Amino acid sequence: MYKLTSGFETHVELKTNTKIFCCCSNEFGSEPNTRCCPVCIGLPGAMPRLNKKVVEFAVRAGLALNCKINSLSYMDRKNYSYPDLPKAYQISQYDVPLCYEGFVELDSGKRIGITRIHIEEDAGKLIHNDAEILIDYNRAGVPLIEIVSEPDIQSTEEAKEFVEKLRLIMRYTEVSDCKMQEGSMRCDVNISVSDTDKLGTRTEIKNMNSIANIQKAMEYEFERQIEVLENGGSITQETLGFDEKSGTTYSMRTKEDADDYRFFREPDLLAIHISEEDIERIRQTLPELPDKKIKRYVAELGINKKDAELLIKYPRVAEFFEKASKGVNSPKKVANFILGVIFGFLKSETLKEEFKLKITPESLKGIVLLVESGKLNMSKAKTTLEQMLLSGKRAEELLSNEDLGGFDEDMLLCLCGKAIDTNPKIVADYKAGKDKAIMALVGYVMRESKGRADAEKVKEKLKEII
Amino acid sequence: MSNVIKLHNLLLNKEISARELAEKYLSAINCCNPDLNAYINITEEDAILKADIIDRKIAGGEDIDMLAGIPMTLKDNISTKGTETTCCSKILEGYKPIYNATAWQRLKDRGAVHLGKTNMDEFAMGCTCETSVFGSSKNPYNTDFVAGGSSGGTASAVSANLAVYGIGSDTGGSVRQPASFCGCVGLKPTYGAVSRYGLIAYASSLDTVGVLAGNVTDAAIVFDRILGFDPMDSTSTPDFSACTFDFLNKNISGRKIGVPKELLERASGEVRDCVVKAIGDFENMGCEVEYFSMPSLVTALPAYYIIACAEASSNLGRYDGIRYGNKSEHFESIHHMICKTRGEKFGDEVKKRIILGTFVLSEGYYDKYYAKAQALRFELKSQFEKVFEKYDALITPTSPKTAFKLSQVQTDKEGAFNADLCTVPVNLAGLPALSVPCGKDSLGLPIGMQIIGNKFSESHILNLAHKYEEARGDFGINNMGVRLDV
Repeated sequence: MYKLTSGFETHVELKTNTKIFCCCSNEFGSEPNTRCCPVCIGLPGAMPRLNKKVVEFAVRAGLALNCKINSLSYMDRKNYSYPDLPKAYQISQYDVPLCYEGFVELDSGKRIGITRIHIEEDAGKLIHNDAEILIDYNRAGVPLIEIVSEPDIQSTEEAKEFVEKLRLIMRYTEVSDCKMQEGSMRCDVNISVSDTDKLGTRTEIKNMNSIANIQKAMEYEFERQIEVLENGGSITQETLGFDEKSGTTYSMRTKEDADDYRFFREPDLLAIHISEEDIERIRQTLPELPDKKIKRYVAELGINKKDAELLIKYPRVAEFFEKASKGVNSPKKVANFILGVIFGFLKSETLKEEFKLKITPESLKGIVLLVESGKLNMSKAKTTLEQMLLSGKRAEELLSNEDLGGFDEDMLLCLCGKAIDTNPKIVADYKAGKDKAIMALVGYVMRESKGRADAEKVKEKLKEII
Repeated sequence: MSNVIKLHNLLLNKEISARELAEKYLSAINCCNPDLNAYINITEEDAILKADIIDRKIAGGEDIDMLAGIPMTLKDNISTKGTETTCCSKILEGYKPIYNATAWQRLKDRGAVHLGKTNMDEFAMGCTCETSVFGSSKNPYNTDFVAGGSSGGTASAVSANLAVYGIGSDTGGSVRQPASFCGCVGLKPTYGAVSRYGLIAYASSLDTVGVLAGNVTDAAIVFDRILGFDPMDSTSTPDFSACTFDFLNKNISGRKIGVPKELLERASGEVRDCVVKAIGDFENMGCEVEYFSMPSLVTALPAYYIIACAEASSNLGRYDGIRYGNKSEHFESIHHMICKTRGEKFGDEVKKRIILGTFVLSEGYYDKYYAKAQALRFELKSQFEKVFEKYDALITPTSPKTAFKLSQVQTDKEGAFNADLCTVPVNLAGLPALSVPCGKDSLGLPIGMQIIGNKFSESHILNLAHKYEEARGDFGINNMGVRLDV
């Protein structure tokens, strides 16, 4: 029985205002080569200067991933030559990274170890045209953290959960957008198989840009390695690419022709000192992390786990939910409105992610309060909310006095009586065992009440009387 | 004795205009440069333009800085916005920086009149200026001899008074050694005292921006104006400020001077005698002199070459012909283009050092070479720290020998290797040091004495050198350039 063993190296772009070693704006999607200066295009004589925010962001990420922080760490040069790398070296951290020894806890309670997190600069981008190759250096100098995990991942499900959790934590700490499709989060997956306790030779699949592809590539690679071994072959330590179309991996380079990066201390930068006070100060800025939120939603707000997970999946949704449910009796109702009504409007992941609404959390709260006070029934509340989402109007503008007139016990009793009196045949049917017949009576009351009555309550009352 | 002060007063008293002064220097350059090959790029228009601005300021009664209107030169590895900066390499042919080096910007802001860029060994790698793509600079005292290197062109220009002062760079002796060969003063500041921003890197942990001048006072005046923290250079020292000029005339009696035997012993007889005589002058001025032994000074040289080449191999990786400078024609792929460009456009010395540097950093050799060199460097630093608990300054020859004959180092490899023997330990330890002329050999070639100080003690070593200069008397000028005594 072959076991899969996998470790991840995840690059995450930090969303600081400026680049890691200069004042150029760190913005995605500008005109090519407009966010550049002598430093980030590596002009002769230009020197890097470390952006303090980058260190702070990385420490925040580290703390959120339960890492220890090195009070003294260094920047190093990783030398290799490629046209998108303006200095022919990347300034990174080699032997003493900023953060080390952390973990991500999966739902099963299993911990995936985080070996280290270090900061480094991104390279530019090659653009291949028909006749020429162009280079866009806007991305050169964009701050990155590289999160290296232990080889603790043993299935594609664990891989998926790990990446999702990692991604969510990065987004809650506001360290990065982690938009995999835009490349602000990319994973290198190390993978090996073995049927003994000894780890097999690993291969590395580079630059995976979606969770679905990670799973596909891992599944393919798992099978491929087993097949090689079953046929008496051995695994070559190599770097692989993943071809989305065919769903297969292909060799990019083997260990023999791997670059020798000739790491050495970056002489243009000083060592990074971080005091206990700095670490504590940054720790204070950490928000409540997703796993904790789920637990709190379940324990304190009475939300079921599944709904809680849906709510925290997008930081903006969670924020909206928490604001809207402040001071209401039943946060569950708020959750239902969000997951039932609002999500119905936001079809795509991106729309849910952005969560740009025409209403404020306060106006949703207003609706819920009206429902709780009995002034508004559930179905009317839903249609009103839908109208609000479409028009941006406030509830007060959409609801008439009549709508809000409330519907007290006397009125209910009166209309139910009227319904029974005027529909003796239906009553008789119901009494004869046609349970569904009662719905006709409910419909009558609803019409008479112009929709203000609560259908559930009407049904109960009718049964009671009959 | 100060040329800067003399000219400053002439300008203030309107006995000469900045324009006339610039023209005087430019015509001297036209006349002498073909013999010396000190300048490789003369920025005549800029110089005149700047001089006119200073003249208008003087006419308007504005206060001007002591360096305003004073003609000067920059080594070709100091970035000058809009003016070609090539490190005397083919690979940077046509490269015009889009920004100024901080040291140059600070002088420019004070009204410096830039005459042009001066010759150097390619990427500052060499000790004779002969690795320059423009050919060697000549020694103004005898044009059959080299000016030294790597700031050879700058030293030659300053020595021949084709510039009042120059800004050079010193990685292992590149300011002090040519100053010594050419009979001028060369100051290598403490690492971090002057911003390196815009100095095209050779070996970043050793590179410093230095001053070459006709005398100690001028060197102090210029140094005072380029030093200090620069946010663009993270390795520049915060809170360092000094006015070394005010310190020049302090009494030096009672100062403790150490003379490391190892370096004196390795100098030629003439150089040794001359330096010993100068040391005697210090004793006469009341300094306490002690000869002592510091063996690690000698092991510094191989450590220097390993570290410098390692850093150079990384620093020079960016010259691929893609973004700036010069690239080869006819290539089949990006990779081919980069290889061909580097193969064709780098000179042999540069290639040699890149290959050596790549080797000492590579897997399996790092510990054997680079790590060992770093350990030696660390050891040397701590020994210097101990030594400076005892002495205020150290004196050594600047170079074991006087200037080489042209082409001599092509066969005299050991001589070339040892040319930096006395100067490299200073760079490895990040200390300040200067070279001041202390005599001439039998051929009439200048001999330089090196004064080394503790970190950030530029005031002290300039003070000592200035006092020595007074005691020594006039060094005698060569027959080149602008005559200021007329």
